[in-house]
Amino acid sequence: MSMWTAVGRAVAVAALVLCTAGARAQVADSCAVPGYLLFGDSLLQRVNAAVAKDKTLKIVVLGGTSSTLPGPDGAAFAYPARLEAALSHRLPDVKVTVTAVTKPRQSADEMAGNIDNLLLDPKPVLMIWQTGTYDAVHGTDPEEFRAAVADGVERLQAGGADVVLMNMQYSPRTESVVAIGAYADGIRWVAREREVPVFDRLAIMRYWYEAGQFDLYAKTKDMKVAKGVHDCIGRELAALIIDAAHLEARDEAAPK
Amino acid sequence: MDSFVQAPTASGAAVQGTTGQDSAAERPAPAPATASSAGAAPAGRDLRLDLFRGLALWLIFLDHVPNNIVAWFTIRNYGFSDATEIFIFISGYTAAFVYGRAMISRGFVVAGARILKRAWQIYVAHIFLFAIYIAEISYVASSFENPLYVEEMNALDFLKQPEITIIQALLLKFKPVNMDVLPLYIVLLLLFPLVLWLLIRNASIALAASVALYVMTWEFGWNIPSYPSGHWYFNPFAWQLLFVFGAWCALGGAGRLAAALRSPVTMWLAIGYLAFGFAVTLTWHFPRLAVFVPHWLSEWMYPIDKTNLDVLRFVHFLALAALTVRFVPRDWPALQLKWLQPAIICGQHSLEIFCLGVFLAFAAHFVMVEYYGGLHIQVLLSLAGIVIMIGVAHLISWYKRVEGRGSGSSKKPPDADLAGGEA
Repeated sequence: MSMWTAVGRAVAVAALVLCTAGARAQVADSCAVPGYLLFGDSLLQRVNAAVAKDKTLKIVVLGGTSSTLPGPDGAAFAYPARLEAALSHRLPDVKVTVTAVTKPRQSADEMAGNIDNLLLDPKPVLMIWQTGTYDAVHGTDPEEFRAAVADGVERLQAGGADVVLMNMQYSPRTESVVAIGAYADGIRWVAREREVPVFDRLAIMRYWYEAGQFDLYAKTKDMKVAKGVHDCIGRELAALIIDAAHLEARDEAAPK
Repeated sequence: MDSFVQAPTASGAAVQGTTGQDSAAERPAPAPATASSAGAAPAGRDLRLDLFRGLALWLIFLDHVPNNIVAWFTIRNYGFSDATEIFIFISGYTAAFVYGRAMISRGFVVAGARILKRAWQIYVAHIFLFAIYIAEISYVASSFENPLYVEEMNALDFLKQPEITIIQALLLKFKPVNMDVLPLYIVLLLLFPLVLWLLIRNASIALAASVALYVMTWEFGWNIPSYPSGHWYFNPFAWQLLFVFGAWCALGGAGRLAAALRSPVTMWLAIGYLAFGFAVTLTWHFPRLAVFVPHWLSEWMYPIDKTNLDVLRFVHFLALAALTVRFVPRDWPALQLKWLQPAIICGQHSLEIFCLGVFLAFAAHFVMVEYYGGLHIQVLLSLAGIVIMIGVAHLISWYKRVEGRGSGSSKKPPDADLAGGEA
């Protein structure tokens, strides 16, 4: 056996090992986060009732730019669409619709002003309210921010919708530019006060980063990481909703 | 506790690096600082102040490095208050200690002028840090285009209008992340001549006025506006309470509290409150535990407002301070130990080391952005930062010692560097 054959075999074996390892990583749930980051004790009772009664689940995502992805096909890969896909897959006999209502540069206060309209049309049973980034960037008074979130949640609950609050993205590069801590705390406190689940995007993305799942420091124009993150957010958000609404759901075997 | 208010004398100055100010330290102690335990061991400077301010500076640095695993060791994760409270209290204490003596011996105008000079130094330091901050941020902005973070990148818009940003920064209204403490400090010092004057005339009225301002701030929502919107992160009208309380302690208040501090009731109340604070903070880190916080309690307790120095935070600091004073006596032998000297020496040059810490936190973030931000890098950068802080503190000590010798025994005005570091 010549030296080159030996090298060739070694390369082949190495490639094989790498492929199986890669395949395994694919099979294991790459979005997984520890339960304590995702699940709380607040319930989504209206979601539960709507699913039990009408087999429908109408969701609105109210958010800012970080609920979207740029580009012509951005909407299809952003987490609202991914959430719809994940929920439809896991709740096969429920008609799931997710409408994204996203506008750039909106403070929590401005978003809360829009809530009454949204409650009339499209009249969701669940509102996922993503907020905080613009306020942190703009430097809104944290106390005013908290009051605005509390006001919005109150309106939603009074208007007959369940709420899931979503906080900011984990963005390591801008950490020394935007102080988000006070705003994340504000969302947490409102959630606790009003007994509303929080999708702690900040902690969850940080967990993915630390677990090596996504390189969030990378400077890249490539959409790959962004799409991966949004897909995972959609799936984990689906898991949170299913858990908090006590829904009977199929296991999440990669909906592809 | 009465020893807490003694004046330092040169004979007892156990720590290197103070020789430059010995001429000032040899002056007789002023009236409010009369040593009540006279005749005991020679009174040195209170190294506890240096030690805890040095530790606070390290903790502030660790907390300022974004996404830093080492920051889990810092006290903000185990109770309501954090290193900022320690820093501001000790700063108030030393400011009163240093400038109080000046005001008694040289009068209001001279002492007031020195305090304002100090405020000016801090202002210059703040602007210097701002320049470094802008350099780092501009770099981060120019090299970053990630479709995931379109919204976060809006935060860099201020770079597009340098004329406004720089003017707002000079007015202390633009507030870069992690640079909120120095503007607070500047405002506190600007008002300090009057506060100190009142403290010396009638300490109780001064403290009462401080509490009244604090209460009214909460009542009426006073704060200083900032640019582009919002208010100062550390509301000076609220945080002055801690600074004035520190000053009040330095000018004899600590002696008045001595009996209360010795009482076991105080000790157990403090321990109980710290345990309560620890239990509550646990529920922040483990949301599942939040069910154990009764609804009425969270309704009453939250939000715990750092901007306006929440009472819960203030009391938490008091509890920590009470236990510290009880279990770390002024003549605690460990204060002379070699391995505590690095913290002490950092505490003795607090302005320089604080600024250095802010800079090092930026630098650490830069390294994490440019190269890698993994766990071992975080630990490495944290350790390196503290080592650099210690090294620079030694360098400053050495420089001041050399300078002090050079100027002989000429009467230099006592700057704020004696008595537990700068004011």
